[in-house]
Amino acid sequence: MKTLRDLFKDYRFTFSFIVLVIIVILAVLSFFSPYDPTLWGVVPKNMKPSVSHILGTDSNGQDVFWQATFAVRNSLIISLVSALFSRVIAVLVGMVAGYRGGTIDRVLMFLGDSLLVIPLFLMFIMISMMVRDRMNLAVLGLMLAAFGWPWDARLIRSMVLSLREREFTMTAILSGTGTVKLVLKEYIPFTLPLIFSTVINNISFAIGTEITLAILGLVNLSIPTLGTMLNWAYTSQSILLGRWWWILTPVTLSLFLFIALYWLSVSISEYLDPRTRIQRVGA
Amino acid sequence: MNFVKRYLIPRLISYVLVIWLGVTVVFFIPRLIPNDPVVSMIHQMRAYGSNLEPGAMDGIIHDLTEMYGLQGSWSDQYVAIWGRLFHGDFGVSFFQFPARVSDLIATAAPWTLGLLLTTSAISWVFGNIIGGLAGYYTRKRWSRIVDAVAMVVRPLPYYIFAFVLLMLLAWVVRWFPITGGASLGAMPAFTWDYIKDVLWHSFLPALSLVVLGGAVNFQIMKLLVQNVNAENFVQYAKLGGVTEDRIVSKYIIRNGILPQVTGLALSLGYIFSGALITEIVFSYPGLGTLLYRAILNGDYNLIMGITMLSIVGISTAMLVLDLTYPLLDPRVRYT
Repeated sequence: MKTLRDLFKDYRFTFSFIVLVIIVILAVLSFFSPYDPTLWGVVPKNMKPSVSHILGTDSNGQDVFWQATFAVRNSLIISLVSALFSRVIAVLVGMVAGYRGGTIDRVLMFLGDSLLVIPLFLMFIMISMMVRDRMNLAVLGLMLAAFGWPWDARLIRSMVLSLREREFTMTAILSGTGTVKLVLKEYIPFTLPLIFSTVINNISFAIGTEITLAILGLVNLSIPTLGTMLNWAYTSQSILLGRWWWILTPVTLSLFLFIALYWLSVSISEYLDPRTRIQRVGA
Repeated sequence: MNFVKRYLIPRLISYVLVIWLGVTVVFFIPRLIPNDPVVSMIHQMRAYGSNLEPGAMDGIIHDLTEMYGLQGSWSDQYVAIWGRLFHGDFGVSFFQFPARVSDLIATAAPWTLGLLLTTSAISWVFGNIIGGLAGYYTRKRWSRIVDAVAMVVRPLPYYIFAFVLLMLLAWVVRWFPITGGASLGAMPAFTWDYIKDVLWHSFLPALSLVVLGGAVNFQIMKLLVQNVNAENFVQYAKLGGVTEDRIVSKYIIRNGILPQVTGLALSLGYIFSGALITEIVFSYPGLGTLLYRAILNGDYNLIMGITMLSIVGISTAMLVLDLTYPLLDPRVRYT
C-alpha cells in the first residue's frame, strides 16, 4: 500500500493511472456494444455527436464511440501479444547470452544488433504486404514480437553479466543449484523491474507500429483498431468535410495512451531505481 | 597499423555481415511466407476484371515469376539477388511500367536525403545544446518548461505527431501548405523563388522531425550532463574559479556529447523510418511517398529496391559516423 501511495505522489503516475483505467474501461465496454463492429450502415451516416450517439457516427454508418471501444480493445490485444512474446524471446536470449557467454553470446548479440540496424519499418512493410490477406490481430502481434526484442535482450544480458560476477552466484553454484533453478530463482527477481519497464515500452512500440501500418493500408481494415479507425477517417476526407468528431476520436485516444504509457514507465522506473533513468531514455 | 588490425577490420567485417544479414532476411521473407506473390498478383488482375485466355495466363505466370526473380532454385535466386544489388539494377517498376526502379529511386532520393540530413543535423545540434544547458541549469524556469514539453512529445510516434501538426498548422490555422514538395507546376531551377518554395513546403515535415528527434536528444543529453556535472573534475573547476560559461561548454558538454555521437549512428534507422512516415503524411515527394505508392500498387520490385538500398545506405552512414568518432574523442585513438 505504501508503494502505491508513494507512486501516486508523482503526478505523472497519477495521470497515467487514470488514463489507463479509462482506456481499459473502454476496452471492456466493447463487450456490451449494441452494434457489430464489422457491419456497415447500422446507424445513420455522418451524424454530429448527440445524446443517442455521444461521439457521432461516421461515413460508413457506424457509431464512433462503440467503434472506438473495439479499436482500443483490439489495439491492446495486438500490443499485449507482441509484448508477451517478445519478452519471452528477450529474456531467454538475454539470460542465455549473459550467462553462457562465449560464442553463443557473440552469435546472439550479432543477430540482435543486426535487427537494430536494419530499418525495421521496411521489414514490417514487406512482411505485411506478403501476408496482407491473412493478417489478423495475432499474426500482427507475433510479427511485431519477432522484431521487438533485441534492445531489451541487450539490457537483460548486461544485467545478468553483472549478476554472474556477484558472490551469491558462486555460493549457489557451489552448493549445487542447477543452472535453470539459479536463473529462475535468483536472477529473474533482479531483472523483473527492468523487464517490466521494457514491457511498457514494447506495448507502446507495438501500438505505434500498428497505427503506422494501418495508415499504409497494410492490415485488415475491417478489424477496428486505433490505426484502422484513423485510416478510415483519413481516407474518407473527414477533415476536409469537417467531421472532426470522427478523426479526433482515434487521434485523442492515441495521444493520451502514448503519453500515459511513457509516463507510467518513467515514474515506475524512477521509483524503483533513480539510476535506471539512463536506460529509460536510451530505450 | 594497430588501428587497422584492432578496430578498422572488425568494424568493416561487421559492416559487411550486417548488410549480408539484412539482404538475406529480405530474400527469405517473401519465400518463407506461404503466399505466392505471383498468384496474388493474378488474383488482383482478375479482380480488376481482365479476362485472360488460358495460354496467355501461362505466359503471364512465367513473366511474373521472372520479374519477381523467382525462377530457378533458391540458390540461383540468392545469387541473382546479389547480382541485382551490385549492379544497382532492380528491374523495371511494374506499375509505372517502362520506368526503371533505379531511376525512380534516383529521382526521389534527393528529396528524402535533403530532408533527413537537414533535420537530423538540426535536431541533433539543438537538442544537445539545449539539453546540455538544461542539464546544467536544472532549476531554471525555462529548463523545466522545455523538459515538460519533451516529456509530452517524446512518446508520440512520428505518424501521430506529424498528423497533429498538420491538423493544427495547415488546417486549423492555415499557415502552411498541406501537401507537396513544391507548388504545382513549379519547375526545378536554381533560383531563389524555387528554393523558397521548396523550403516553404518542407517546413512542416521538417518541423515534425526536428521536434521529435530534438526531444529525444534533449532528454538523453540532459541526463548525461547531470551525470557529468556530479563528477569531481567539475567541482574542482568550480572551486578553482573557472567561469561558468567555460565549465558548461568546455568541460561538461564536451564530455557529455561523446555518447551522443554513437547515439546518432544508432538512431539513423529510426530517423529514416520516421522520415518515410512523415513524407507519407505530408505527401512529400521522396522515397516514403514512392514506397507508399509502391505498396498500394503491389509494386514488388520497387519495394525490394528501396528496402535493399536503405539497408546499404544506413549501414554505410553508421560506419562513417563510427570511424569519425576518434576525431572527437582524443582518448579514443585505437593505438
